[in-house]
Order: sequence, then C-alpha cells, then structure tokens
Amino acid sequence: MDETLEIDTVVRHPKKNRKKKKKPITWRLIKNQNQLIWMSVPLMLYIILFAYVPVWGWTMAFQNYKPAKSFGEQEWVGLKQFRFLFTDDNFIRVLRNTLAMGLINLILGFVTAIVLALLLNEIKKVFWKRTVQTISYLPHFLSWIIVTGIVATSLSINDGIVNIVLMKLHLIKEPILWLSEGKYFWGIVGASHVWKEVGWNTIIYLAAIASIDPALYEAAEIDGANRYKKMMFVTLPGIKATIVILMIMSIGHVLEAGFEVQYLLGNGLVVDWAETIDIFVLKYGLAQGNYSLATAGGIFKTVVSVTLLLMANGISKRLGEERLL
Amino acid sequence: MMDNRQISPGPKAGYTVKRSLGTGRLEPILFTSFNTLFMVCLVVVTLYPFINTIAVSFNEGNDTIRGGIYLWPREWTFQNYRAIFATGTIFDAFLVSVARTVISTILNIFLTTMLAYTLSRREYVFRQPITVIFVLTMYFSAGLIPNYFLIKDLHLLNSFWVYIFPSMISAFNMIVIRTYIGTIPESLLESAKIDGAGDFRIFMRVVFPLCKPVLATIALFVAVGAWNSWFDAFIYTSSRQNLSTLQYELMKLLSSTMNSNGNPTVQNGVGMDQNSARAMVTPLSIRAAITVVASVPILLVYPFMQKYFVVGLNVGSVKE
Repeated sequence: MDETLEIDTVVRHPKKNRKKKKKPITWRLIKNQNQLIWMSVPLMLYIILFAYVPVWGWTMAFQNYKPAKSFGEQEWVGLKQFRFLFTDDNFIRVLRNTLAMGLINLILGFVTAIVLALLLNEIKKVFWKRTVQTISYLPHFLSWIIVTGIVATSLSINDGIVNIVLMKLHLIKEPILWLSEGKYFWGIVGASHVWKEVGWNTIIYLAAIASIDPALYEAAEIDGANRYKKMMFVTLPGIKATIVILMIMSIGHVLEAGFEVQYLLGNGLVVDWAETIDIFVLKYGLAQGNYSLATAGGIFKTVVSVTLLLMANGISKRLGEERLL
Repeated sequence: MMDNRQISPGPKAGYTVKRSLGTGRLEPILFTSFNTLFMVCLVVVTLYPFINTIAVSFNEGNDTIRGGIYLWPREWTFQNYRAIFATGTIFDAFLVSVARTVISTILNIFLTTMLAYTLSRREYVFRQPITVIFVLTMYFSAGLIPNYFLIKDLHLLNSFWVYIFPSMISAFNMIVIRTYIGTIPESLLESAKIDGAGDFRIFMRVVFPLCKPVLATIALFVAVGAWNSWFDAFIYTSSRQNLSTLQYELMKLLSSTMNSNGNPTVQNGVGMDQNSARAMVTPLSIRAAITVVASVPILLVYPFMQKYFVVGLNVGSVKE
C-alpha cells in the first residue's frame, strides 16, 4: 500500500516544479519560520552525517589505505584497486554470481507475483481470497535468518521435507544434497525469494487490477472474449503501468541481489556460486583488512546501480511509458 | 456508481449470465478446480514449515533426530524452551531486541513525521533543498566499509545506540507521511495558526494526531524491520555478548548447527552451554524453539497489520 503512495508522489513531471517562482530568502522570513527551521535543520545535519559524510570514505578506494596513518600520509595509487578488481578472477566470479542471482530474482519475482495476482483475482469468494492472501503475506515479515533456517531444514538430507516428497513421488531415487552442490544454489536462492515475497508482491498488482474499469471487461465479453483473452487484453494492459514502474525500481537493485540469503545459506562447498559483491566486500574489508579493495568493490556496485536505474528510466521515457524520476 | 447500478444491471450480473452461457460448461469447472488446487498447494507450502518448526520445538530432542516429525510432536516436552531461557543468554538477547525495537520505532515515527510536516509547508524557505537531500539518500549508499569507519569514529562501536542512531529517519517513509499530511485540510492548520499556535504546537496537537492511520502502518513496518535486523549486531557489536540481539543469536546458532555440507548437524547433546547440555536437548530442537520465540512477536502483531495493508485492496473493490 505504501508503495502506491510513493509512486503517486514520485512520478511527477519534473518541469512543473521548475516554473515556480522563488521567494527571496530574507532574515525576516527566516525569523518567522524559526520553528520550522528548528524542527528540520538538525535532522538534515543528521542525515548529512550518516548518509553523506561516509562518502568521503570513497577516497580509500584510490589509496593504499593503512588505518594507522593519517589522511595526509596515505599513499595515493589512482585506479590501481579498480584495475586489480577487474583482473581478479575472484571478483569476476563474484560479479557473475551477483548478476545471475539478481536477474533470476528479478524475473522470477515479477512473473510469479503477476501470475499469482491474476489467479487470486479469479477467486470469486471474498472470504477465500482474503484467507489465501493473509497466509501468503506471512513469510514477508520473517527475517532472512528464520527463512534460511527453514530452507536449510526443508532441504536437509536427514528428514528434509523436499527430499521426502520427491522420493515419495519417485522423482528421485535417493536424497539430494541440495545445499552442497553449486549448480542448485542460484535456483534455491531464487525459490527462497519467491517463497518469502510472492504474496507480498501481489498486493500492488491486486490494487492495480481492482482499479481497472469493469466496463472494459463487459465490453470484452460482449465481443466474445473468454477468461484468458480478458486476462491478456484487459487485465495485463491495465496493470502495465504498475509493472513498468516496479520494473524500473527493481532494475536499479539488480546488483543488490543480496547478502543475507547467500551469506546464511552459503558454505564451503558452494562458495564459487554463492559469493556476491557484498560478501566480497565484507570478506576483504572487515575480515582481511583490505579496506581499499573492498571500498572499490562497493563503489563499483553503487555506480552500476545508479547507472542502471537512470538507463531503465531513460529507456522507459523513450518508449513513452511511465517513469520514476 | 450507485445510480448506474439501479438503471442497468451491474457488471457483476453481466458476468454470471455470460459465464454460464459462455465457452462451454467444462472449461470454468476445470479452471476453478485447477485454481483451487493451486491455492491449496500455495497455502500448504507456506504454512507447513511453520507448523513443522513448532512441532519440532515441542518435541523431545533425541526423538526428533529419529525423524518423522511432521505436523505434531511425538514426545511432548517443554525442555527445549526451558533450556533456551535457562542460560540467560537468550533472555538477555530477547530484552535487547525488545528495547531496540521499541526505542527505534518511537524515535523513528516522531522524527520522520516532524520532518514530513516541515517539508509539507509550502511557504518553508528550505523546503526544496532539504527534500532533495533526503530523497537522494534513497538512491545511493556509501557502502559497508565507509559506514563502518563512521560508526567507529563516532565511538558507537559496541554501544547499544548503534542500533538506534543510524536508522532514525527513512526518506521513503517521510515521503509517504508527507503525502498523507497533504490530504489534511489546509483550513484546519490555518485556524490553529490564527489561534496563535506555532508550527511545533500545530505539529504536536493537530498534525500528529491526525496522521494516526498512516503512522500505525509505518510504525509496524519500522518495528518489524528493527526486530528482524541482525547485521548491525553482527558487524558493530559482535564482541559484546550482552548487546547481542535475538536474531543474531539465532544466526550464530544456525551457522554452528550447519556442517560444511550445509546440512543441519545431528550430533547429540550440544546445548546452548555446558550446564544445560543434557542429552535431551539438541541443536536442532533448540533452533526450532528460538525460531518460534523470534517469530512470535511478529505473529502477534500480524492481525493488526492485516487491517492496514488490506485497505488498499478494499479501496479498489469499491468501484465494482
């Protein structure tokens, strides 16, 4: 629900604001508004301290940072850290994992949420629809710690429910060591995301579906459209704007494929498939003390994320679709 | 809408007539049964792990290892719960979690709403720059290492306040609240002003109480976020056991009960600490018990949250 609110406020034509006349700032005005200033300026200083000041730390990426030395004594090395990153097999692998899991989560997340929303919409009994929804939201509110615990238990070879069900269905002969083989890892992460978030993600689509004009369905029926045709040609186009906006918002987050799931589910055997940029940063930075390299990795992630967001926004603008900025 | 319905048969009536005459009688039945089956599977897949965890948490530890616990405990016991609360570690972590959740939620709501109010005043001279400064924070982050150094320089490492200070205001929530404040009639604020109230007073006496519905929703989200977070405990306060949170304790237990294959280990008798490590308690059952303790508060507030996030759906359905 809060996401809808945000879209309303953020999707605004940027030119509208520019045309407004600005009042000159006078002492008198400031004196009149001193309460407003006291209520907001300290909070602004707070956010500058916690969100902007740390950006100064990005200088570490261009140095050979040693914690013992002061800023003036640090050795500047230019782009050496970045060059090292992109020739390092480790980092290339980490980047591949991050991108792959990010894309899997993105696509799987969108498809499952839209399909579930369409199917939920077909339940005519309000009571059942509510019940299913309520249950499907539940995992969203649990922490990843709890969810990964549940995933690990379900996939375990000792008595894990997934193996038991698959054996009972005679799909496999013996229990599979799901979490010890790299080839399953991306899929497990994707499925865990779906399990946790699919119900929650349908909220916004269901709200969008509910706001489609019923007359459109009526017209389609008169033209002889069946259930599937109505889904294809009325419902889906009706929620297209919502899909596009959410798509743009998520594309910026592709590199945020995650830290928690991979960190909590990963283990020595699947490390080649499980490590993401965030884990790389944590490992090199805090565990090994190579702050410069870790910061360079972090900067790379932020820059790519912002670029992707702007690109998605630009493409969408070109195509005449909704946009975020 | 109402007028429409009286003149012509509503869209609902249209549907039912068409459907029974529509594309054959079998198709709707097939679809409905497929859909029902699908929803039943969804519900089972979502709920089973919870029920299983609860069953394991009430089952006798060594008996669980034999396998076959699905929906109901075989050998009832409260031993697992007694064991986690006997050591005090988990109970302390529980208290820290409660404290951080309560304090952060109160501070977060108060400060975010106050900021949202000032940024909703069109006449405010610094409205534009301050809004931009906050909105930009939604799109970038300095990253783990620079943030770690900031916390270190502020002497917040190994302090309780590291759970509170870095996340006192969220730009996203600020925008949501600001939008809501925009729906309050201007005349109401105007009349308070004429009565001689300053901006702070207007905020405290008029705006804050009027924002209750949206604040309830946001408070619940902030609280769930604070309750569920563990990463700050992991990197900032891991050397102070008395500042550990419940989620972090669960995380430590999770990683210690996984062997290198990523499967839960099943050895006997490794309890929370040596004193309680009787043969009856196993890591697996302890983990289940802590998982239940960590999710109970969420399950308790869940029915209240429900009321708020379903509102959006109801608003849509009024149209039909």
